[in-house]
This record gives sequence, C-alpha cells and structure tokens, in this order.
Amino acid sequence: MQWLMILRIALRALARNKLRAFLTMLGIIIGVGAVIAMVAIGEGAKSTIRAQIASLGTNVLVVLPGSNSQGGVRLGLGNVNTLVDADARAMVRELPSVSFASPVLRRPEQLVAGNLNWGTLAQGVAPEFQQIRDWQLADGRFLHEGDMESAAKVAVIGETVARQLFGNDNPIDAVIRIRNIPFRVVGVLSPKGQTGQGTDQDDTVMIPYTTMQKRLMRITWLQSIVVKAVNAERVQEAQEQITLLLRQRHRIGQDREDDFNVRNLSDIAEAAQTTARVMAVLLGSVASISLLVGGIGIMNIMLVSVTERTREIGIRMAVGARSRDIMLQFLVEAVVMAATGGLIGIILGIGSSEVLKEWAQWPTLISPAIVAIAFLFSGAVGVFFGFYPAKKAANLDPIEALRYE
Amino acid sequence: MSELIRVENLHKIYHMGDVEVPALRGIDLAITRGEFVAVMGSSGSGKSTFMNILGCLDRPTQGKYLLEGDDVGSLSADEWAYIRNKRIGFVFQGFNLLSRTTALENVELPMMYNGFHGKERHQRAVEALNLVGLGQRLDHTPNRLSGGQQQRVAIARALVNRPSLILADEPTGNLDSTTSGEIMALFQKLNLEQGMTIILVTHEADIAVHAHRQILFKDGLVISDKNNKQAPETIKCSG
Repeated sequence: MQWLMILRIALRALARNKLRAFLTMLGIIIGVGAVIAMVAIGEGAKSTIRAQIASLGTNVLVVLPGSNSQGGVRLGLGNVNTLVDADARAMVRELPSVSFASPVLRRPEQLVAGNLNWGTLAQGVAPEFQQIRDWQLADGRFLHEGDMESAAKVAVIGETVARQLFGNDNPIDAVIRIRNIPFRVVGVLSPKGQTGQGTDQDDTVMIPYTTMQKRLMRITWLQSIVVKAVNAERVQEAQEQITLLLRQRHRIGQDREDDFNVRNLSDIAEAAQTTARVMAVLLGSVASISLLVGGIGIMNIMLVSVTERTREIGIRMAVGARSRDIMLQFLVEAVVMAATGGLIGIILGIGSSEVLKEWAQWPTLISPAIVAIAFLFSGAVGVFFGFYPAKKAANLDPIEALRYE
Repeated sequence: MSELIRVENLHKIYHMGDVEVPALRGIDLAITRGEFVAVMGSSGSGKSTFMNILGCLDRPTQGKYLLEGDDVGSLSADEWAYIRNKRIGFVFQGFNLLSRTTALENVELPMMYNGFHGKERHQRAVEALNLVGLGQRLDHTPNRLSGGQQQRVAIARALVNRPSLILADEPTGNLDSTTSGEIMALFQKLNLEQGMTIILVTHEADIAVHAHRQILFKDGLVISDKNNKQAPETIKCSG
C-alpha cells in the first residue's frame, strides 16, 4: 500500500471525528507549545546573562594586590603597595597569553562643570583599557600614551556623566574640575548599560592612571591591573603565567604566599551560565512531562478507536489487508495526530514567547534546534504511543472482527 | 472443466474451555470452476466454519484444502491476505460496507491492498459498479442506499479484483423476498455471463434453488450433495 494512500485514509478517519482528534491533539499542542515557550524563556535569560558578562569584557583577568599581615593582623585584599605599572607592562611584554594589560585606580570623586556638579567614580586607566573592556567611543578620542607620560589633565567621560553635566551640549573640549584641578574632556564613551549587579557602568570618568596617581591620590602603586587574555582558551594559562611572573618580579620566596591575587571573570560568567542552563533544563523537563501526558492521551483515544472500528478492520482484512497494512494505518493516524499537534504547538509556543517579549519585556529567544527537536519528539510520541493500539488492531482475528457488533 | 477447490478429510475442532466442540468432522468435496453451489444446513451444522476455511479466514484442525491446486492450509497469514485479495471475493449477510464511505471507494478498497494506482483503480471500480447496475450511484454512501443496493455494492467489491471464487454467506439474509430475487438473479448472471464460481451459504430452500448444486451440511458432515435439476437456464434472469 502506498504511503500517500495510507496518509489519506488516516486523514479521513481523523476528519470523521474532528472534535475528538482536536482534543486528543490538545495534549501534544500544550506540551510542545510549553517546551518551545519555556526553552525560549530559558535561552533568552541565558543570552541576557551572556551579554551582560560580555559587557564586562571577555577573557578578562583582574590582578589585585594581596593581603598583608603585620604582627598577626591580617588586612584585607588591596592593602599592599607592591603592584606597580611596570608589572602591567611586563605582562604584555613577556607573556604570550596576554594581549593587553592596564593599571586601574578607582576613587569616587565630585565633578564640577560650570555651575553643575556630579558625584561619580573616577578611574585612572591606561589606553589599553579601551581594548580590554571593548568600549566604543561616542565622540572624541580615548586616552593615549602621551597622556600617560605627561600625566595630562584630560578626561574621557561616560554617557551618564555627560548627560548630568552637559545635558545636550557637546562636552568635547569643555573643562571639568576634580578636586579643583581642571581636566579637559577629550572623549565621550558610548553607553554600556548596567552590570548584572545593577551598577551603572556609564556613570564614570576616566583619566590617565599617572594623573590619578600623582595629582589625585598621591601614591606610586596600583589598586589593580586588568588583563585581557589572547582568547578564551588561554585565560587559564594567562592566570598561571601572571602568577609566576609576579612572584618573580616581587621576589617572593618558595615558602611565602603571593602578595597579589589573580581573579578570573570567566568563573563568574560560567556560574551565571550554569544557573541559566539549569533553569532551561528544569523548564524543559516540566514541559516534556506534559508532552508525555499528551502521548498517553493519544494512546487512550487510539485504543478506543481500534475498538470502535473493529468491524472496519475485519472488512479490510477480509478484502486482503495484511496485518502490516492495518498496523500502518493506525500508526500513521497516531503520528499524524501527534505531528499536527506538534506543528500547532510550535506555532503556539513561538506566538506566546513573542507575546511575552512584546508585553512583558521578557528576553525570549527561539532556537531553531529546539523547534526541530520538539517536532521530531512529538512525531516520536505518536509512534511510541500509537504502537500498542496499532499492534492490537493488527492482531485482531478477521472472523471475530467481522462478527463484532 | 478444471477443479477449483478440493478439500480432503477436513476437520475443525473448537475449544470452549476444556470442552472440545467438533464443527467439521471430515469433509471431502471438490468444486469445479464455473459452478454455482449452495451450501445449506441449519445453524451449527458447520457450514459457516466450512466457508471460513474456504475463505482463508480460518485454519482446519486437520485435513487438506487445495485452491486451484495449491495447498493453502499451510500458508502464512500474509499469504492468506494475498489470496483473499486476489482470488476470493466475499459477500456477507450484513453487507459489511465501510460507513460514511462512498460506493465507489468501498469498491476500490480491495485494490488499495494490491498496488493498483488511482486511475486504473477508479476505472475498474466504475466497471464493477456498472456490472451490478449501480453506475448511477457511485458517490452514494451506504446510508443513502437501500439494502439491495448495498448488497450490490458489496458484490461489486467482491468482483473488482477478478477473483476465481465468490463466497457469499447468507447474502439475502437481511433482504426482503423481492430484493433477494434480484440479488440471486445478479449472482446467476455473474455465473452465466462471467463464468464466475460462486459458493453460497443459505438456509432458505427457495434461495438455494437458484444454484446448480446443493450441498447439505449436518453436524459437521455432508449428508447430501446433489445437482439441481432446475438448472439456472430455467430461471428467468431479470438482472
């Protein structure tokens, strides 16, 4: 028997009981719809987290000064002054796994421009900081090497600072005062938005780290060094190499602890991604259970259908249908129901995730792979749960079936 | 004429729990191609069991069944399905048409299981329906046809694969006497004009009278097998 004909027989049998077929499909429709929507929500959350982490800069390591213990009193991290800008330069020069390194000094400062003032985070950084954080400029230029050498009084301001101090005016070449020292604005950063913790990354002003050291903080050491590894695979390697290099540069003996600390941002990224993945798996498995329930619904109705159509089965057998033909007929019916339910479910799932995106502003993301898997899975549910009823139909005795009232 | 059916020492025993119920107790028969045979007997005489075995729907407990010289008793279920499809046409008392399916599609049904394609299938089904006089009612569903018309559709379905044998199990049992006459006339026409071999089960003597040969079953045995002197030629063919 040709496939097209089997399909036609199945479609006609289903068309005879439209409401029943629809109600049977409903289980699959809801199951597949739920899988698609849930996974879309999970994937959306995952990609949001990924984007947030990427905004911190990818493959980034942070070197902090270590703790210092004096007479049994252990002070917290950042209380030693052994980390210097030469360390940052040495990392780039000597370590093949490191592409950029920039000193960082941070302190909250009050900014004054004309008759307005604004409290923000002042950051002393090197030109490489821009590459490390993948930070674009909205206007002007970033700090350059000359600014570092001359400890120039120039500043690059974040988008929030520009808005607060200059409104709609062009801030380039305007003067802002920090601790009464005039800084010329040479650039405006493009907005980066909030971090995962809700800190506004655009509420900042960046000045040369040398200027920060000499004119604002009057120190010679660094609060931290941010480092960018060549690629994600070599982050671990960079971490190890930095540790070795700094121990050597700081002349730390075999038996002594590091006077610095290398932090790996990808650890944080991984933790966040794992959370999102767990969520996606959880949502997906809850939805899969409803798909399973849908499959049981199909089996139930197929069993009823086989009983109801016993006589039809007998007639078909009498005119020459083999067991296999009967089996295929009912199996195809179950698969058609499941697959149709799957298709409707996919449409429903995509639709509802779009609605969530539009109205509830949830960052949903439809993955084509999940759509394909959900469809194939619904087909497989049809085969699995259709098999037993179809087998039952195929095994009927034609004489008994013809006699069935 | 060549021999179509030969059964030798046919036994069938049903098991009802622990009790053995013999339905056939040794049947020996031969039926020639082109014969019109009436199998008669009261209920429980074994005639239905005999028909089921001839129709490849049931296996004998013992004995041999040769259809066109082939020993079909030992074949597999799929081979039986093929024989039912190609070599045997069934007509039932209750018509056994698919409901909510047109006359044409009902007649096409057997051809769905032997690889006939759309056009040829359609053409042969129309021919068969024309032959039984229902050429004008191709797309009527059974619930819009009278009992006699439904039985004609069933006969067309039995004919459509050009079988060597038609097995009719009480084909007039659900019909009034006028319609019964028409259906019997149709069988006679098929037998005379097409040379179709027909085996008909009935318990009504006035139906059996249309056949050439009358075989009487009782308690699982053939108790009489005689040629009907009122040959079919003597009965007026109204179909």
